[in-house]
Amino acid sequence: MQVEITVNGTPRTDEVEARRLLVHYLRETCGLRATNVGCDTTSCGACTVLLDGESVKSCTVLAAQADGHEVRTVEGLATDGALHPVQAAFHTEHGLQCGFCTPGMVMATVGLLQENPHPSEEEVRESLEGNFCRCTGYHNIVRAVLAAAEAGA
Amino acid sequence: MIPAPFEYLRARTVDEALTLLAEHGEDAKVVAGGHSLLPMMKLRLARPEILIDIAPIADLRYIRIDGDELAIGALSTHAGVAGSELVRTEAPLLAHSASLVGDPQVRHRGTLGGSLAHADPAADLPMAALAAGARLVVQGPAGRRTVAADDFFTGFFDTALDAGELLVEVRLQRRAGAGWGYEKFVRRANDWAIVGVATVGGRIALANMGSRPLRATAAEAALAGGASIENAAALAADGTEPVADLHADPDYRRHLARVLTARALTSAA
Repeated sequence: MQVEITVNGTPRTDEVEARRLLVHYLRETCGLRATNVGCDTTSCGACTVLLDGESVKSCTVLAAQADGHEVRTVEGLATDGALHPVQAAFHTEHGLQCGFCTPGMVMATVGLLQENPHPSEEEVRESLEGNFCRCTGYHNIVRAVLAAAEAGA
Repeated sequence: MIPAPFEYLRARTVDEALTLLAEHGEDAKVVAGGHSLLPMMKLRLARPEILIDIAPIADLRYIRIDGDELAIGALSTHAGVAGSELVRTEAPLLAHSASLVGDPQVRHRGTLGGSLAHADPAADLPMAALAAGARLVVQGPAGRRTVAADDFFTGFFDTALDAGELLVEVRLQRRAGAGWGYEKFVRRANDWAIVGVATVGGRIALANMGSRPLRATAAEAALAGGASIENAAALAADGTEPVADLHADPDYRRHLARVLTARALTSAA
């Protein structure tokens, strides 16, 4: 089937199988490989992207369900080579260890700060409950989110 | 994991969905947010030939007051229900339950109607709907009918919905200011309840104490007869036949039901 999806601001038209998952569409059809497949069971959040501005787990969305909608991945955050404030905060606060969960963490954070621009530390921890860091590097991740909020991301 | 092949069809109106359902019958599954169905399809626990996507039906996304009831369109997301000032005021038990489903990403996609139609006995919203005495509006070829939550959940992942019908609206009595209680026992954050208890207005519902969400009728009757919370909660597991699984055996589940019911009734008091 044909899908028309705006990916990181660019409208695309692609032929996909109906069973194509959004994460595979992004990685394989669009060649955007920052979005990782982690658990593949809607638990870990590594595949988090924004769908019409809201964080979703792209392993549990069909590309067909995104037809006519807008998707943003971590590749679409930086502008003119300058990191998005959330990316910059993860860099500055060292909000990562191995980095596998980072694209999902960053996108979940962008989504969170759109809904709640000034979260408390507790709200940050609650809001990232759907994103796992198997290095257990949560402390700096939370610091990064709070720093991004402070910077007005 | 990738689902088995299927044909994907899209409905933009309730009538379109009903026409597609009539045409494809048992071969088709309705998908809304897909956060129960797609994981099952990826594990091949579900293998529908045809998916009918009803997410484009804009008419089923609303939350409004209708007389002495709150009417919620079936496609309202968990995030929408949890964040709605109307729901938080008029049906706080439902708003709270919706805020505990999965995680933020799941709540952005999952829908109230989808969760109820999926009828997982361990899930938050079927239990909350049962406790709240929700009325579920179902539309089929013959028109609309309303099913009480007590009659809607008929068995393990099974409901009173016929193959050609669609759940279109959830109606709850407005209970601004009424006490309510909600307890969910989990081993890990954002897991399904090992046992859950929801109570409002003298009704008590249990999650994961049987093949479907159940009323704790003996405890309700005791409360109505003037029993103390402690004495009523002691009856919470009466008549239930919970399953054993790797989390809990039946006796432990009965124990949890009694303890959690006492806590829920205390917060509702």
